[in-house]
Amino acid sequence: MTHEVYIRPSWFVILLIVLVILVFVYSYSSKVSSISATSPVPAKTDSISMHEFKNAGENENCLKCHGQSKYVLENIEMGKSVFKRMYSELIIDRDLFYSSNHRYFKCIDCHSEDYTTFPHPNNLRMESKASCIDCHGGDPQYAKYFFENIDTGFQASVHSQKHSQDFTCWMCHNPHTYKINARTNENITKTIIYDNNICLSCHSDYRKYELLTEKENPNILSKHDWLPNQELHFASVRCIECHTKKKTDSALIAHQILPKTKALKNCKECHSVKSELLSTLYKYQAQEVRSTGRLFSGIFTSDTIVIGAARNYTLTWLSIIIFIGIIAGIIVHACIRYLKH
Amino acid sequence: MINAVLCLILMITGISMQFSSKQVTIVQFDSAVTIHNLSGIILIINYVFFFIGNFITSNGRYYQFSSSGLFYRLKKQVIYYTHGVLNKETPPFPINKDKKFNPLQQFTYVIVMYIFVPIILISGLALLYPETIPVSIMYVSGLHFIDFLHILSGFIVSMFMFIHIYFCTIGKSPLSNFKSIINGYHETY
Repeated sequence: MTHEVYIRPSWFVILLIVLVILVFVYSYSSKVSSISATSPVPAKTDSISMHEFKNAGENENCLKCHGQSKYVLENIEMGKSVFKRMYSELIIDRDLFYSSNHRYFKCIDCHSEDYTTFPHPNNLRMESKASCIDCHGGDPQYAKYFFENIDTGFQASVHSQKHSQDFTCWMCHNPHTYKINARTNENITKTIIYDNNICLSCHSDYRKYELLTEKENPNILSKHDWLPNQELHFASVRCIECHTKKKTDSALIAHQILPKTKALKNCKECHSVKSELLSTLYKYQAQEVRSTGRLFSGIFTSDTIVIGAARNYTLTWLSIIIFIGIIAGIIVHACIRYLKH
Repeated sequence: MINAVLCLILMITGISMQFSSKQVTIVQFDSAVTIHNLSGIILIINYVFFFIGNFITSNGRYYQFSSSGLFYRLKKQVIYYTHGVLNKETPPFPINKDKKFNPLQQFTYVIVMYIFVPIILISGLALLYPETIPVSIMYVSGLHFIDFLHILSGFIVSMFMFIHIYFCTIGKSPLSNFKSIINGYHETY
């Protein structure tokens, strides 16, 4: 006699829900443990070998004041010295500077030699600062970065047009910390955060924003109310994807920031087969991933997903073939039924 | 009936979003998103009623199946559909008050209603609140994983729907079984 086992399918669903809960709990607990495992204080100069920098000793003349949040002001005649606070924007973080792209420079390569006297002469405040193109323009070593195109784009941008000379490269790129990013960072999410923080340093901070304009700083969140899943969009898409005029196929960033009226506001510009997002960073990243020969690069490797633009052509064709097969089967079956009627 | 309409809406808007193009689109992207979300939520509510209803009432018995001889019964029903029905043979498993579904019908309904539909609904709900999705699930991007599951189950359920609708025409007359879709009970054929 065979033993009959009745299967109650409701348990499948309950099992599925339990499985989903377990996956979520596991993923969150591993995330929490990885966060708690990392040190909250970043390692200081240990990681940087100062011997590598022959100008470090000379730079210390500046950094002994500008490398910290306070400095000593001495008056020899009065025989008195007082501690003063250093303005935060004048503090240079040694770690960040010596890991930046400009780490081999002396301070006075870019700043006036007159800064070597202290207190600094007052007219130095009017010192005109070199822009990127002043050093990098016309240099064959930097030709691959197309600094001339960057400069042309920037000159046509709303930033440059509205604020002219006041708006310099350094408004967005800190020369003391600037580090080439998209090409060296494998994690696209980190590149997105890095790039968006550049915009937000003014657009979400009125203290910096008001240096250039009397206008009220628009609220980024309410201005982008129309975006569904706003938080996800902000974490996965760079501001410049919608706010620049771009037609490049590389990691090069378009510097022509458009006026807000010309920003992309149509879902299909990104959520479609010829997505705007598939140029610049995302294309560059996809090419890089493919060049490393990793499998399934189209399906699972990227952290971001763009509905409508993320196509896996193998699966699409497979589904079309299965669909046609089923429809053909139905038609054949129906025809035989009709003929035998 | 309402579920069938919702499924059709979800299919059309889902395909429209997945194969969105700047030139031609079935439904405008933003409208497709709104309609898809709304229909999805209604379907989830309907499913919860279906699930609880079948869990606590006797209607659930139609979905319970015995594991012994399952393959044999499925085979017999497949042979009937591919051969017997064309030769006007009598069905091997007649429908009555105790057996609302034939074995193949019961098996596919269970697979679809208790495995793939819950997968679509849970993954769809997660995609409605993407911030709740873990960054990585089993070493792959969480969003991609959930999206892949959603689309894969969507495809399977859509294919089921095509076959399901066609099989409705295998009744006394091609249109008579559509009444069963509306009232939920099958007539014998």
